[in-house]
Amino acid sequence: MKSSRLPAIILGLVLVFLYLPIVLLVVNSFNEARYSSTWGGFTLKWYEALLDRQNRDLWDAARRTLFIALSSSGISMILGTLSACALHWYRSRLQQIHYGILYLPIVIPDLLMGISLLLFLVALGVTLGTGTILIAHITFCASFVTVVVLGRLQGFDENVIAAARDLGASKWVIIRRIILPLLAPGIIAGGLLAFTLSVDDYVITFFVTGPGSTTLPLKIYSMVKHSKDLPVINAISTLFLILTFLIVWLSQRLTEHQPNRDSR
Amino acid sequence: MTHRKNEILLTAPTLIWLAVFFVIPSFAMVLVSFRPANADGGIEPGWSLEAWRALGDPDYPVILWRTVWLSVVTTVVCLAIALPVAFLLGRLEGKWRGILLMLVIVPFWTNFVIRVAAWRIILHPEGMVRQALVSLGVIGPDTLLLYNEGAVLMVMIYTHLPFAILPLYAAAERFDYSLLEAARDLGASGFRAVMKIFVPGVSRGLLTAMALVLIPALGSYVIPDLVGGPSDEMIGNKIAQRTLGNRNLPQAATLSLALLVITLIPILVVFFINRKEHAESR
Repeated sequence: MKSSRLPAIILGLVLVFLYLPIVLLVVNSFNEARYSSTWGGFTLKWYEALLDRQNRDLWDAARRTLFIALSSSGISMILGTLSACALHWYRSRLQQIHYGILYLPIVIPDLLMGISLLLFLVALGVTLGTGTILIAHITFCASFVTVVVLGRLQGFDENVIAAARDLGASKWVIIRRIILPLLAPGIIAGGLLAFTLSVDDYVITFFVTGPGSTTLPLKIYSMVKHSKDLPVINAISTLFLILTFLIVWLSQRLTEHQPNRDSR
Repeated sequence: MTHRKNEILLTAPTLIWLAVFFVIPSFAMVLVSFRPANADGGIEPGWSLEAWRALGDPDYPVILWRTVWLSVVTTVVCLAIALPVAFLLGRLEGKWRGILLMLVIVPFWTNFVIRVAAWRIILHPEGMVRQALVSLGVIGPDTLLLYNEGAVLMVMIYTHLPFAILPLYAAAERFDYSLLEAARDLGASGFRAVMKIFVPGVSRGLLTAMALVLIPALGSYVIPDLVGGPSDEMIGNKIAQRTLGNRNLPQAATLSLALLVITLIPILVVFFINRKEHAESR
């Protein structure tokens, strides 16, 4: 069958469209010229500027972002794993409700999650800050971890548990020695997804943050909004991209290769 | 009975967490919308319809309409671009399919604020794209590429495109391409065969793609704020303003409820169509 070239041309244009801004951003982070209209030669000065004293608040924000991402992914890994096991092993009215409530944070626009949590916290008189950001991040990350771990459970061989029980293994031994090691790649991949979602989040954080609790996306946003230090934004964004790619690459390796090895 | 106890032990932590920090806050939003606001941006005790009456402000219907319109156009364009891309990806074999799919997903992993910021830097009045277009004579020296509806639409399409491509690809992967050859053997033109057979064949993917683009698009706030002008505000911008700048939390609540009602429409449409198909397939 003679096939039209049109889809291939469209795909090519889509890829150019998707990559153009990212490539220009990375290229410009090494551009000597202050504005991206001309190429002024290769430089690392925008990266050096990141180390300046005046940019110390950027590092402050980066450290807070990292702390929130590590804590929220850690806690949501626990919550998500428990939820996934409950959803996988039980079929009851409770699990239907559980499933519905877990899916809502994934479907609802971020903005609505952020504002409703803010109104609730204000009504309770809670002081906004790093703590409230952490609560918000755990709330949306738990659902995503659950989905990833649930996917891992779908290929789970229940006979292994039955065999262990027949051989006299106690409940704790089964959990520690069988269930957790088998689920580990799923839990870690879910945790890495939660980590990237937490680091990536702007909208929800924007609503529940308090004075002095700036995260990196909030900081970059305000720099962009005021068109301040554009080349420095390019530099920090490039570093940010590298970090995300490393995490995603790691999580891909965990989810893609591990199951094959087990099934052999 | 220990079976039931285990179930509750596994379910309770997340369910209680989500009940406290997700379900109750959603109801709190309804409650706050009926409270009076005070001048310092706080919430007063007592009841008031003030915030609901404010929805009658002539600005709001315009902004609501713009929100729906921009989101629908974004959805239609994303689907129109994603269909041929998914058609091609679904037909490819082996290595290329994986590589191209990966290439489509990778930009999606980069930080959302950075991706929008990148467009703002590119389209910036001092940026190379505008300078190039001006020197080529495509646009006049006073034309701005930023701060208009076109910029908002383009960046919305940019950020939502992967949400349209991935579900359509998943549907195309299961589509039987030999059906198209059969249609052409029977005399249908290539385009007609695609429209009459491929498009209905991936209708489930189209529906998912529609919901995955439309729902977050309706809740857009960052994009109109960074690349749009004052006359391109969407409902999300108003909610943010009523939360921070010009603080009036009951009004932020009513606006959010209005947005929630609008986003429920695509969610319910998908839910009911899926349920109907599920019932029919039995």
